[in-house]
Amino acid sequence: MDYSFALQQLVYGLTLGCLYGLLAIGYTMVYGVLRLINFAHGDLLMVSAYMAFFGIAIFGLPWPVSFIGSVLLTALLGILIDRGAYKPIRKSPRINALITAIGVSFLLENLGLVLIGGRPKSFPMPSLFSGSIVVGTINIPALSIWIFIITSVLLVLCVLVVKKTRIGIAMRALSRDMETVMLMGIDKDRVISFTFALGSSLAAAGGIMWCMKYPAVEPFMGVIPGLKAFVAAVLGGIGNITGAALGGLILGLAEVLIVAVEPDWSGYRDAIAFFLMIIILLTRPTGILGERLPD
Amino acid sequence: MLQIEDLHVSYGGIRALKGVSLRVGAKEIVSLLGSNGAGKSTTVRAISGLITTKSGTILFDGKTINGLAPHKIQRLGLVHIPEGRKVFANLTIRENLLMGAYYTREKTKLTKLFDQVYDMFPILVSKTQQFAGTLSGGEQQMLAIGRAIMSQPRLLMMDEPSLGLAPMIVADVFRIIEKIREEGVTIFLIEQNANLALKIADYAFLIENGTISLEGRGTELLKDPRVKQAYLGSVAE
Repeated sequence: MDYSFALQQLVYGLTLGCLYGLLAIGYTMVYGVLRLINFAHGDLLMVSAYMAFFGIAIFGLPWPVSFIGSVLLTALLGILIDRGAYKPIRKSPRINALITAIGVSFLLENLGLVLIGGRPKSFPMPSLFSGSIVVGTINIPALSIWIFIITSVLLVLCVLVVKKTRIGIAMRALSRDMETVMLMGIDKDRVISFTFALGSSLAAAGGIMWCMKYPAVEPFMGVIPGLKAFVAAVLGGIGNITGAALGGLILGLAEVLIVAVEPDWSGYRDAIAFFLMIIILLTRPTGILGERLPD
Repeated sequence: MLQIEDLHVSYGGIRALKGVSLRVGAKEIVSLLGSNGAGKSTTVRAISGLITTKSGTILFDGKTINGLAPHKIQRLGLVHIPEGRKVFANLTIRENLLMGAYYTREKTKLTKLFDQVYDMFPILVSKTQQFAGTLSGGEQQMLAIGRAIMSQPRLLMMDEPSLGLAPMIVADVFRIIEKIREEGVTIFLIEQNANLALKIADYAFLIENGTISLEGRGTELLKDPRVKQAYLGSVAE
């Protein structure tokens, strides 16, 4: 394996890792606040992709309008999923919410199948994101650069929101003690809605970039990325935003590099994520950046 | 200011409160005494909306508040410091205090509140950027009180503020309670430490098995043989 080949694979790995990371942040934030693995989160990637696709292909909107609209509507859908499916069972045992999450996931996927059909639609890529830059012997797709920049900006924004803003501080407080947050006069459902909106809009940004990279939009496109992002969140330490991004990067790089080194293993590509998860759960269940909770 | 009439609360099949009636007058310190499991915490938790009541009324400023969400009750000025302090261990001191003033948006008002709390608890000033989890029990209690002050309470309910604290710190806490009252805040104090709670109280209620069994002026109850025997021990001063 020569030098430029390795760098080239590194670019691909980072790109994929950014997308996993964006999706993983939503998992980790919702888990942090509600202790719920929101299995419907991956399907938001699919919903956002369809909305961006329809915005351009059917309503003829300019792509920035369509993309931003898709992000906002996905955020709204995130809030609606919480209010409609999770809020009514907030006081039930956690396993009920988990099963509900799986149910919501199936609902979204099959709704897509019934309403839109299973045939993959090819996503129209705006010219801004096509083409590539050649540096020496490495070919860097413009899309990869955009994905990297957008992910970094969103990650920094997200961390700032959680660290510095009032609602971000309330999110962190809520992750430890919901009852006392209520005693502060804080409407906890608003904080939870905000968490879903933030996580879902990141998933939407990831989803739109995902279907520019892999331009086939279909109802089950969110399943595997969703599971991988869940693994990334666990890998980084669930509940920790920086950890989720880091977990995403590690997973993306691992998948791409292992297949690059040993092309025969390309069939095992999806297994790598779950193998990593088993290792991390056996050796460091709190993840790379996860803190040990007192309870 | 706060008036409770014939309050009933049940958990599952267990009747925790069986008709509690009490009242807290404006600018008073009123204590609620009782042993473990008598229904003290249930009473405050019902008042602040954390648990649903079965029957009875809770009036705050003449308005019924049963059934309101806890955050709405808090915003009426009825602030509850929970048992065990419950500071947010993963937040800094400053962030904890800010949570108390969540809806205070004006900068000047917020600065004034912070100054007021730091004046009251100078011990917190040098630690504003520390995580609350690193504080000692006494400091956490100070922080919990400070956080409640940030909410600008009109009535402050304190659930066992002396729990698990060294006697010297407990004395500090009680001095602070008196100081808060002097600033015009009504105090509803829930305590197991009957001696201190009665000395400080204008009026006190005794709760046993989910009903009020005795009430009277703090100084009177202090001399009452039943209180002496059950809560102060025979060696009461």
